[in-house]
Amino acid sequence: MIIDASRGAQAPSELVQLLTPEGERVEHPDYDIDLTPEEVRGLYRDLVLVRRIDLEAVALQRQGELGLWASLLGQEAAQVGSGRALSDADMVFPTYREHGVAWCRNVDPVKLLALFRGVTHGGWDPKEHNFHLYTIVIGSQALHAVGYAMGIQRDGAEAAVIAYFGDGASSQGDVNEAFIWASVFNAPVVFFCQNNQWAISAPLEKQTRIPLYRRAAGFGFPGVRVDGNDVFACLAVTRKALADAREGQGPTLIEAFTYRMGAHTTSDDPTRYRIADELEAWKLKDPIERVKAYLVKNRLADRDYFESVALEADELSKDLRQRCLEMPDPAPSAIFEHVYAEPHSLLREEREQYAAYLEGFEG
Amino acid sequence: MTTLTLARALNEGLRKAMEEDPKVLIMGEDVGKLGGVFRVTDGLQKDFGESRVIDTPLAESGIVGTAIGLALRGYRPVCEIQFDGFVFPAADQIITQLAKMSMRSLGRLRLPVVVRIPFGGGIGAVEHHSESPEVYFTHTAGLRVVACAGPADAYTMIQQAIRCDDPVIFFEPKRRYWDKAEVDLDGLENALPMDRARVVRPGTDATLLAYGPTVKTCLEAAAAAEADSRDLEVVDLRSLNPLDMDLITESVRKTGRCVVVHEAPVFSGLGAELAARITERCFYSLEAPVLRVGGFATPYPPARLEEHYLPDLDRVLDAVDRTFAY
Repeated sequence: MIIDASRGAQAPSELVQLLTPEGERVEHPDYDIDLTPEEVRGLYRDLVLVRRIDLEAVALQRQGELGLWASLLGQEAAQVGSGRALSDADMVFPTYREHGVAWCRNVDPVKLLALFRGVTHGGWDPKEHNFHLYTIVIGSQALHAVGYAMGIQRDGAEAAVIAYFGDGASSQGDVNEAFIWASVFNAPVVFFCQNNQWAISAPLEKQTRIPLYRRAAGFGFPGVRVDGNDVFACLAVTRKALADAREGQGPTLIEAFTYRMGAHTTSDDPTRYRIADELEAWKLKDPIERVKAYLVKNRLADRDYFESVALEADELSKDLRQRCLEMPDPAPSAIFEHVYAEPHSLLREEREQYAAYLEGFEG
Repeated sequence: MTTLTLARALNEGLRKAMEEDPKVLIMGEDVGKLGGVFRVTDGLQKDFGESRVIDTPLAESGIVGTAIGLALRGYRPVCEIQFDGFVFPAADQIITQLAKMSMRSLGRLRLPVVVRIPFGGGIGAVEHHSESPEVYFTHTAGLRVVACAGPADAYTMIQQAIRCDDPVIFFEPKRRYWDKAEVDLDGLENALPMDRARVVRPGTDATLLAYGPTVKTCLEAAAAAEADSRDLEVVDLRSLNPLDMDLITESVRKTGRCVVVHEAPVFSGLGAELAARITERCFYSLEAPVLRVGGFATPYPPARLEEHYLPDLDRVLDAVDRTFAY
């Protein structure tokens, strides 16, 4: 028997879409969204600024100012749509590519650069933003998200948790264990899987034989596939899933069907494993162009507006670059800080020895 | 003072911690109605409810991973890993996440998670039920690693571990679970801090360093050595990371001889670290090299052979004899 392992990767028919790539508003029987012109303009601004932050970071890496950068190019709508669905009390567990969600949680983008510049492994206060630190080990954060959601249950609080991960992570044991825990404990958590079609060089069919959102059924909770390049649909679907979670309806798996337009990270070379035609096809589904088309067609924004956003993006990137370059390296003693909450004799000894060693070079 | 088994002392310590702090949770496989396979959590779910004593699905990474999330929300989870050999599915969460969160967050996030692991052999068990995996964790910065040896320490150390704002890997000597001793149920405030070693038998001729199950082995060896007019000092390390080097140094400088005894394989075991540090600190006091007695460089053997693998009184005394031969 020949198994068609690519079936799961076919273009989806069950895709929730509210805004076509041409900028036409379409109806969906289960999801709707009613946005004011100002809200739509706000989403457009988010998308443009987030893309600009990302482009500036790639440039900084190319100039040697960052050790690495994981670009979100193409995934702006998935991140801004889901990010803007969150309430302040909701908690986010990101991967290392959620720069757009970080933006929605008011994390200063220079703090994202600090991590990739090698100044710190963290960079922001997760409690201040309800936005956890980036997790680099693939899928580990899905379990943290469920545990946090179990804490919300025990607190009797009205809040939900969103766990971000990708199509590659869907193969990890931790993600599957997170599905089981969330299901068994009916945890208030939304699993937001950005299926960007590629896990570094491994295409989706190396991870799954069925559409990822359908896996939820096997774990006993709803799964929905949304057009990940449609910011309206991502916002609507995530809002509904978060509301369900807060109301005690348990978890939802959202598969945001999107595309990683850039490399996995700046260390990667996608021309070795994927064809240019695929990229060209996805360019036509760009998440920003469709919102712009919608704004223009419906006369919700004029040339001045688009120019003002472009100018804001220029200024943001200029400021970001300057603050990145001005970022000081931490002092050597920072190596020893915060490893433990309470005094630790071995660390104290090593810190003192290394300080004495360094002092030997002075004078 | 009350006479308790080590398992019961742990149970009482957990109960006290749960009574004092509503954020303390217990989670693991079969910890509820069954009370854990060693009954350490016996009766706790009945008294504290299912939301505080959580019977989890059967997946160790899930246990520790969700415990991390609960800790981020302000809880103090105590995870039970059913047997030493089953901790490895959770090793990723312990090593890459639990150990590093404090440093990654510049101290903004604390993970007061305790991971309890019954360890060691001597109970005639099947494969993967008799292992001593402690150095995988002592090697990981960000974790505190401790081992209790008897009921009194079990009672206080589990409470100290729960109160500690750092993640603690808490090893319990499973073949000593049923050993009884006097426990002071009010003794926490005056208890020795968790990161300190203790001289459990003072002596002058050689120092035996042990932890967990081998503390009793060493005490028996020291009693037997009296017949040869050898006065052995036995130190219970209690904390494996950090090591209480001040007490260890003081003891070895006094005796001039040292034998480290653990069930884990000698090669790259904790004894290697101890020998190196003792050599650095006590070089001019040593009459002989630091010797080590422990498991062989083999997987843990089938139960019918484990008495050959485990350090016993005779192997400890043989090593003591060798230190006197220098």
